[in-house]
Amino acid sequence: MSTTHSLLGILASQGIRHGYELKREHDRRLLGVRPLAFGQMYTTLARMLRNGYIAEAEHQRVSGPDRVAYRLTTEGRAELDQWLSQAVQPATHVSAQLFVKVIVALLVAPDEEAARSFLATQRTVHLERMRELTRVKTGGGATVTELAAADYLLNHLDADLRWMATTLDRIGQLRSEVLA
Amino acid sequence: MNTAILEAKNIEKWYGQTAALRDVSLTIGRGETVAVTGPSGCGKSTLLHCLSGILRPDQGSVHFQQRDLTTESEAARSRLRRTAFGVLFQFGQIVPELTSIENVTLPLQLGGLRYRDAAVRAQRLLDRLGIGGLGGKRPGEMSGGQQQRVALARALVTEPEVLFADEPTGALDSLAGEQVMVELVRLAREHGTTVLVVTHSAQVAAYADREIAMRDGRVETGGRVTISGEAR
Repeated sequence: MSTTHSLLGILASQGIRHGYELKREHDRRLLGVRPLAFGQMYTTLARMLRNGYIAEAEHQRVSGPDRVAYRLTTEGRAELDQWLSQAVQPATHVSAQLFVKVIVALLVAPDEEAARSFLATQRTVHLERMRELTRVKTGGGATVTELAAADYLLNHLDADLRWMATTLDRIGQLRSEVLA
Repeated sequence: MNTAILEAKNIEKWYGQTAALRDVSLTIGRGETVAVTGPSGCGKSTLLHCLSGILRPDQGSVHFQQRDLTTESEAARSRLRRTAFGVLFQFGQIVPELTSIENVTLPLQLGGLRYRDAAVRAQRLLDRLGIGGLGGKRPGEMSGGQQQRVALARALVTEPEVLFADEPTGALDSLAGEQVMVELVRLAREHGTTVLVVTHSAQVAAYADREIAMRDGRVETGGRVTISGEAR
């Protein structure tokens, strides 16, 4: 997830903004994305300043430290446009914990039951999370952004479940290969 | 869960030498929404047909409230399906020559209600499902999602105790499927209708309160639940 480009997008759509306003807009508009920690945001803003993507627009001192407002630069707009035009590359390597756990369970257990048991337990956990997300749809009053965020997670959990079902179907063959 | 509304005990169903259901036992509580899941050919549709009285199992019993459906006549089971049960299939359920309103009034008229009174109830339900303006349309003039909402209205217009749904979104794109499931769950909750939905989709199963997973004609998990604080 590119915090830099999220912040560039907010500045591009809303003009000059202070740090705390950027954090508030980030968390409000990107539902389901981990909320932005202040420390991470100021580190990112410092890097964006160094890269020339943003510039300080104004300083205010009410009480305590300066409050700095930022604006998007021409370079920042060009960087944002380039980022938006590029497709996201699918992951090259399998790094998911689910996959690793199944393989390790097949490696160390005396039979395939540990892997089967793990997959069955994981299915229960996945389905419970899917029920929570589905209640966003059936509860009424959800915004379209909330629905889109729930759908994104639901579809990824569903993909995991389909992978788990297929893996269960060939767990015996998989174990033979892992132990070979 | 309060009381059991449906209970299957040790049911078996064979097609020739092939077992579709083997020693299946399960309990469904009143007002529950339960998903029956499993891969194609695992017996989940056969189970739905046995629970709804469409098929008679070769062994075991199916109780709806206090009645054993396996000992009831075909006529009695058919009457039950018109009054206490609603059924929603994947597609092809509504009559192509009839308009939406005529399709939805059909079960009420079969129950003896006059068309004028039936049409008022049908229109109210179509309104609730967001297709009130399509009462005069025939199925061929509507999208798949709209047709399935008409089928849902027809299944619910008699205010059944149990709604059986077999892959209700299987023929729809994801957004139309979502609309059907959201409305199905919402209306079932409002009326306290028990829902048994058969699906191979985890996303549809996630609308349910719990899952009964099937494999090779048997219940793998979720068949037994606690009724009124008593382990069964």
